Amino acid sequence: MHKVNRIFIYIILSIFTIVSIFPFIWMIVSATNKSSDVTKGRLVPGTHLVENFQNLINSVDLVPALTNSVIISISTTVLSLIIASLAGYGFEIYRSKAKDVVFTILLLSMMIPFAAMMIPLFRMFGTISQMAPGIGIDTLTSAMLPSITTAFLIFFFRQNTKMFPKELLEAGRIDGLTELGVFFRIFVPTMKTTYAAAAIITFMASWNNFLWPLVVLQSPENHTIPLLISNLGSSHSPDFGIIMTTIVIATLPTALIFFLLQKHFVAGMMGSVK
Amino acid sequence: MIQATTKQSIESKPRKYNNKLRLKNGLIGWSFIAIATAMIGLFYFYPMAQALILSFQSGAGANLQFVGFDNYLRLFTDPTFIAAVKNTVIYLIIQVPIMIILALLISVLLNDKKLKLKGFFRTAIFLPCITSLVAYSVVFKYLFGTDGIINQLLINVSLISEPIQWLTDPFWAKVTIIIAITWRWTGYNMIFYLSALQNVDNSIYEAAKIDGANAFQQFFKITIPMLKPIILFTSITSTIGTLQLFDEVMNITKGGPGNATLTISQYIYNLSFKYTPDFGYAATVSYAIVIMIVIFSIIQFKVAGDKNA
Repeated sequence: MHKVNRIFIYIILSIFTIVSIFPFIWMIVSATNKSSDVTKGRLVPGTHLVENFQNLINSVDLVPALTNSVIISISTTVLSLIIASLAGYGFEIYRSKAKDVVFTILLLSMMIPFAAMMIPLFRMFGTISQMAPGIGIDTLTSAMLPSITTAFLIFFFRQNTKMFPKELLEAGRIDGLTELGVFFRIFVPTMKTTYAAAAIITFMASWNNFLWPLVVLQSPENHTIPLLISNLGSSHSPDFGIIMTTIVIATLPTALIFFLLQKHFVAGMMGSVK
Repeated sequence: MIQATTKQSIESKPRKYNNKLRLKNGLIGWSFIAIATAMIGLFYFYPMAQALILSFQSGAGANLQFVGFDNYLRLFTDPTFIAAVKNTVIYLIIQVPIMIILALLISVLLNDKKLKLKGFFRTAIFLPCITSLVAYSVVFKYLFGTDGIINQLLINVSLISEPIQWLTDPFWAKVTIIIAITWRWTGYNMIFYLSALQNVDNSIYEAAKIDGANAFQQFFKITIPMLKPIILFTSITSTIGTLQLFDEVMNITKGGPGNATLTISQYIYNLSFKYTPDFGYAATVSYAIVIMIVIFSIIQFKVAGDKNA
């Protein structure tokens, strides 16, 4: 009886595993097949990977889109981590009633749907364009500015600061470090794993961000990877081999991060419920 | 402002050194949170307030005029808006429960101490979460095409004789969207339940077994109540996510056929950037999402609270 149960559990889990993995397998196999084979639903790896990649380089602006995505994601991640960790640390270490009120208000911003802010943000960057075109509409800066600071990340850093040994801060102060010095010399180096987890969440969110870049990045040379894929997917005569190769390339960075840093990855996700 | 004046008044009485020091420390604390607070104010709360003002205005492009509550009244007679709300609510009440039940089921199965290949199953089922919403949507669009591999597989095993119009039939298009979102997010929710389950003391289950409780009774009487806070958390985040659904629908069906899969976020996008822009009315529609998020969150808290009593 117990053995039958066990086999049943393995069967159910295997079905879920196959369903979860199947689109990946199909995507990778399709990247090695020519377009007509992809539409026929061929599930055997082919020999057209190199050809697809060459067609991709010749017909699609992959390199500029990759460059834009890398610039935006890395800048957003670096700035996010600095700003959010300063704030999370500040709210916890210099705790006061007034700051707790501010913190609660900031948390409310997590309830605001992006669609509700999109139009005013677009108009705001329209105004900025007239004063400083370098950071106005259709610039990489405009694509990253609204997503640099999130209440979630501040919350994440505050939660993790709670577990930080406060005696270390006192020791630093006695050694004559300034408050900012204590933060950069003692807090940051001790909290490496927290920073790693935060970096992963922020990078992923930025790398995959679609709606705001779609609204604000109008000229094709400023497009990011998600915009490129979306355009390829909605073209009237799609070359499936090229599209699947692009999607595989776009998924590689996040897949690498996941497999190399799986522990931090999950820690980052769980940060909100600690 | 208040900070500055108090500082001056204290500086005029130098003998109160302690107060001055405390104030200095207070200012240091505030400066740590200043940039983040300013950024969130500028990029969240200011746009939110602007959207509220805009929602009482109407007109094409920059020619906006105050129209009072006209936009809000228009919502009730706008067939596209009503269709978008209906679709979004259908996704919500069908997809979120299915996903949460699947995630609970998988996490309970994976929590078995004697299970082999646990790490493999967990990683595989979590894998969809690493994909970008746009990338997986485009993949699903082709998987579920009329000549796509899903139809071919179903025909090969004789489950269907005619290809299903996954993307062009109003009913099946909704099903496709629900399947896609469930594929992408079940593993994500599973991870939350798994880590919560690891904190549940195993002796409770042992005691239940001695008392003769079967697997179903254990699940409903122990697992569900123990995981209630995390189930509430995941259902609220899933609800907020579903109410804002955009990337999937935009890339799989573009809202079609007709408006059969259109979501509220997509309608806002269309109103602002696809049709002749009417930012005022689009802002009104966006406040509909805000109101729905508040209502659904309250309902979920209430439902969870009642079970407590």
